[in-house]
Amino acid sequence: MGVGIEVASLNAWYGANHTLQDINLNIPANHATALIGPSGCGKSTFVRCLNRMHETNPIARVTGTVRIGDLDIYADAKPVEIRRRVGMVFQRPNPFPTMSIYDNVAAGLKLNGYSNRHVLDEIVERSLKDSALWDEVKDDLRKKSGASLSGGQQQRLCIARALAVDPEVLLMDEPASALDPVSTSKIEDLIFQLKSQYTIVIVTHNMQQAARVAEKTGFFLNGRMVEFDSTHKIFTNPSDKRTEDYITGRFG
Amino acid sequence: MLSTILVVAPLLAIFGYLIYKGASSLNWAFFTQIPKPEGEVGGGMANAIVGSGVLLGLASAIGIPIGIGGGVFLAEFGRGTKLANAVRFTADVLNGVPSIVMGVAVYGLVVTPAMPFSAISGGIALGIMMIPTVTRTTEEMLLMVPHAVREAALALGVPNWRSVLSITIKTASPGIITGCMLAFARVAGETAPLIFTAFGNSNWSVALNRPISALPLEIYRYAISPYDDQHRQAWAAALVLVVLIVAAVSLVRFVASRGVLKGAS
Repeated sequence: MGVGIEVASLNAWYGANHTLQDINLNIPANHATALIGPSGCGKSTFVRCLNRMHETNPIARVTGTVRIGDLDIYADAKPVEIRRRVGMVFQRPNPFPTMSIYDNVAAGLKLNGYSNRHVLDEIVERSLKDSALWDEVKDDLRKKSGASLSGGQQQRLCIARALAVDPEVLLMDEPASALDPVSTSKIEDLIFQLKSQYTIVIVTHNMQQAARVAEKTGFFLNGRMVEFDSTHKIFTNPSDKRTEDYITGRFG
Repeated sequence: MLSTILVVAPLLAIFGYLIYKGASSLNWAFFTQIPKPEGEVGGGMANAIVGSGVLLGLASAIGIPIGIGGGVFLAEFGRGTKLANAVRFTADVLNGVPSIVMGVAVYGLVVTPAMPFSAISGGIALGIMMIPTVTRTTEEMLLMVPHAVREAALALGVPNWRSVLSITIKTASPGIITGCMLAFARVAGETAPLIFTAFGNSNWSVALNRPISALPLEIYRYAISPYDDQHRQAWAAALVLVVLIVAAVSLVRFVASRGVLKGAS
């Protein structure tokens, strides 16, 4: 089951660059929340703060609190534990090129020392079914490399890989921006199904996509969160002039 | 087209000349017997062939782990540190040290009453010569692994050291293997570092603490001998050495490529 996320006074820096300024918001459990905004507004940095990937860059720094469920992720736990509870899908599909499809999906479990073949088989099958890839790859699980799939299939493979470690939250950083329209719509259908089991945070440049998949939408601009509300309200009757300008295409 | 010819021609010329000069002296005895005393016709180089194998095994056991360890340190853990720059500089200088100097240095440092001329000291000399090549190719191949692949592993909650071992090195392994093979092929033909260390041995010996024979040493010894039969055997030994290097490199590549999946890049 997914859990909610509470973010309070979150600030983040890349070197001297203050990329996130005083972010406060509550992301509801078992819903999809979209983050929109122009390039460089901080929305990718924001999701990378939710699984402590931001700090893997040596010049990065972060302050504030993020609670995921009952866990204060910057105070109570190690980064590796948090990343097992908070899965991430990146902008460009990044399967492990030397691994088979099976090993890609099982990677998170195997690399953390899990080796029960029987259970692994089940988890791989379930994860690939959940990511709607099973029927396309079930005959080549161990024969084909993850890199041999098409771009859209690779991205669904990466989703399966993230799901296999059984996270509570799934972060998606523009998961469809490198894909064709057919693959994009498959990913969107998937988000729709997955949000009953996981809390989903999706960064997107595509406002129609935000409107299609998310109940809640946040608008970021210049490192600040301008507005956070139900998707319907953001796209029909935003409270802030800057949000309205952005969604009507007056800038960005 | 012209450049292809220019690249391939020297190889074919060397290979062709070795076959022309050496093939006629190859026979069963060459591979199964040890050298006959000076001036007697016949005998073989079984001890040198096996000796080269022992020396290269020792050299690989020393040079490949240290070299890969150095490359992993340079690319993954020490990036930007002073120590890493020092290691990289040292590796480059080591790569430029003439092989005869390497032999004399190992003679001075390793060959003592406790460890006289021996297979071990020869293996150490060759092993040290392998390190810089293996280190620098390992570093370069690891740096070519896309950042996205590392991030994918970290985002799964995999600790950094585990991600380096199981993901980054594995992704870079074809290139790292090629680097090891280059280093192997280079030291397989080295004579100078062995003159003061492995020394050579006309008898059958595979003991690690005794002088041991090697193909390059025998080629050198026979090529300057006054006997025609030994000249012919030197040519045959040169041909065998080249063929064995090609065979070893091909075998490793074949074994390494068997694990590769369809469509893997």
